[in-house]
Amino acid sequence: MTCDNKILLNDWHVVAEADLLAFGDVQRTVLFEEPVYVSRDEDGGITVRRNTADGAKLPLQEKYGFIWTCLGAPERDIIHVPEAFEPDRYLVSGGSFGVKVSGLRVVENFLDMGHFPFVHTGWLGEEPHTEVQPYEVELTKDDEIIASECYFYQPQASPTAEGGIMVEYTYRVYRPYTVALYKTNPTYPDRNDYIVLFVQPVGPEDCIVHPYLCYVKDGMEEDTLRWFMQLIFAQDKPILENQIPRKLPLDPRAETPIRADKVAILYRRWLRDHQVTFGTLPAVA
Amino acid sequence: MTTELHSQWIPIASSSDLPLRHVYQAKLLGREFAVWRADDGYVNIWENRCLHRGVRLSIGINDGRELKCQYHGWRYANRTAGCTYIPAHPADAPARTICNNTYPAQEAHGLVWCGEQAVGEIPALDGFETATTLRPIPINAPRDFVIEALTCYSMADGCAGLVNEDGSVTVTAGDGSAVRLFVQPCDSNHSVIRGVVNRAAQGADHIALLRTHSQALSALRRKIEAQAAQLEALEPMSAPIGRVAEDLVDIPAASTDGRNADLRVQVAAKERTAEGIVSLRLEPLTGSRLPTFQPGAHIDVHLQNGLVRQYSLTNGPGETDHYTIGVKREPDSRGGSTAIHDSVQKGDVLAISVPRNNFPLRRDAVNTIFVAGGIGVTPLLSMARTLNSQNLGFEFHYFVQSDEHVAFKQAIGEFEQAASLHKGLSPDETVAVLRKVLAEPGHARHIYICGPGPMLEAARQVASNCGWSDEAVHFEYFKNTVELDDSNSFEIDLARSAVTLTVPAGQTILEVLRENGINMGSSCEQGACGTCRCGVIEGDVLHQDVYLSDSEKAEGKSIMTCVSRAKSDRLILDI
Repeated sequence: MTCDNKILLNDWHVVAEADLLAFGDVQRTVLFEEPVYVSRDEDGGITVRRNTADGAKLPLQEKYGFIWTCLGAPERDIIHVPEAFEPDRYLVSGGSFGVKVSGLRVVENFLDMGHFPFVHTGWLGEEPHTEVQPYEVELTKDDEIIASECYFYQPQASPTAEGGIMVEYTYRVYRPYTVALYKTNPTYPDRNDYIVLFVQPVGPEDCIVHPYLCYVKDGMEEDTLRWFMQLIFAQDKPILENQIPRKLPLDPRAETPIRADKVAILYRRWLRDHQVTFGTLPAVA
Repeated sequence: MTTELHSQWIPIASSSDLPLRHVYQAKLLGREFAVWRADDGYVNIWENRCLHRGVRLSIGINDGRELKCQYHGWRYANRTAGCTYIPAHPADAPARTICNNTYPAQEAHGLVWCGEQAVGEIPALDGFETATTLRPIPINAPRDFVIEALTCYSMADGCAGLVNEDGSVTVTAGDGSAVRLFVQPCDSNHSVIRGVVNRAAQGADHIALLRTHSQALSALRRKIEAQAAQLEALEPMSAPIGRVAEDLVDIPAASTDGRNADLRVQVAAKERTAEGIVSLRLEPLTGSRLPTFQPGAHIDVHLQNGLVRQYSLTNGPGETDHYTIGVKREPDSRGGSTAIHDSVQKGDVLAISVPRNNFPLRRDAVNTIFVAGGIGVTPLLSMARTLNSQNLGFEFHYFVQSDEHVAFKQAIGEFEQAASLHKGLSPDETVAVLRKVLAEPGHARHIYICGPGPMLEAARQVASNCGWSDEAVHFEYFKNTVELDDSNSFEIDLARSAVTLTVPAGQTILEVLRENGINMGSSCEQGACGTCRCGVIEGDVLHQDVYLSDSEKAEGKSIMTCVSRAKSDRLILDI
């Protein structure tokens, strides 16, 4: 294991989706380059073990339909998502996607509106509606990044949206590998649909993305929702896997930011301040 | 790490790998390239990543003139690799030079040659004047190992191989046939063999020749790969990614110079309307309405390279679902007309100002004479179409170099009976025609002139000589060629706000007003368009614009704040 970043190791990470772990099943996965075995015995009991001779057990939690573990000593609990406790919402996993790129690149892509017309053509964006309006970004006192007042024209913002609308987003980076968005519900403009990505860092250039959606049920089918998330993510994956380098560069002169990238710039600076080296390329002194 | 190999010319692709509108991915010494041929035949070899977020440009779109990144639609120009369009900020994108890394490229012997720091000539292929380019053979082995093995290559009886100075291998058979084999080191353990045979072949013979070598090289490949697998694998080569220029790190601030680009339009059509002139049809992004304009109005077009340019609308009355402008490619362009001609494409979003009219048309004349020179036809076209639809009398005189230079023929066709074309006249001949055209001044008769400076001056002079009053002669210059003097310092009193400001040498009134939070509209900012006109209550004005007429200047009641100054110590302005 090459990761020695305490902020990452002492945090909880998703390693499996609970529904997909059958009784008597053992799944091998990788977290920070270390093999991890997730198993469910015939009585339904779940364990997560290291790949050592003694098969040492790792800490375990089941939450939001996922199985979580921590390779170090957990310093803080799994994030709290109030939307997941509202009874009129679908709580849906979007399926787990392996992506051969640093998970931090995936987070940055999730924070980006500029690619909608080009990557999610006809769904989240459409030429010529390409402009990214100025938006607000702040680092909160809880050390989270919030980007608000993000407006973007979308031809088909959700499976139920009819015709193009101006959608308002709020983005929230909780932790290096955890990012969420709040998005205007097309039927109830005063409510937000919520999507969070729990990114499992497999290696510095390899991750598994576990999307979790909390969508207002009214006017929506659960399987349509899952299908929509998978469609969108399948459009992102080939782009993400063609990024060079695969690691996220933290050097300000590695890539060329524009105003639309305000939140990404803060995210990179925040990773630098937290000395996240796993999955990043360092800033040149 | 730079080695001798970096300064060598090495083939990295076959010419046939670059068919129309394709982008080919190549690799040399650990560095990936996006290789693409523009429609003009130029072969571009660029670093294979978009400068914005590192996405491979080899998955981008080659539109024949530019390469468009798949991720955010950034476009890079043929040859220069300069970024020409950033769709996320159509209004005010970078007045910065964002340029991808390009590498030297040559095409010869059916191969595309490159070298990160290639110098000198590509290897001379004596004896290969008529030749056939072989199919490339990729091989999982280090370059040097492949070169050594190739000396034993045999495609016929009595083959002998020798290594040339450039590292290629020439194999000659007993019958005189020869093949020159180049080894492209993609990475430490990956190479491509690219060969040229010393005879041309056609049809079935060509296929047979390719097949012979493909089979022989493939057999050798299997042998080499089996041996290479026994070697200790070398570390992959590193090709460090360069840093972008320091000035690209900071995000450019939104434009604050007061020239607002409140509208977004899409280029619905771009057509050549005359020699060196394109017309752009601009349509709203949503809906079907654009703000109302008056004949003679112009818009500011905010270009991706940071420049702001003014173009007159040529629209007829009521055409509010689109704007049409005409843009002439200026030989001494500072980047405005060139950007529109070379970079702006159908489908692009442009940021423009709302239309402003500083060249208003009177519609109470019994007769109106339009005098248009070259691209100066554009505002007059809109005016003539307006008068024509109202059945008001007018004459339209259009001075052009030749028939080829007549723009907007179709629109002019609407009022054919009133239009006179004057082609290929010398300055003297032009004056002679103008003397006839402008011979009869009179009550409720007006002249509108727009064209190049000298022609405009001549027309004004002729009008004056013929007895036209200043009030009846209306004109619009493209640009101000007056040599500007900004050496004095003076004070301005703003009458309405009771503020006194100092305009130092080297600064304009407009700049000083803005620095003090007074937002004065402006457009051309060179004393030609009239947008920043301001009333003068007291003081002598040093007029340096070409907008105001001589009598207006003499009257001294207006000033163009972008270029003109005070002659006296102070001016009292009506602001």
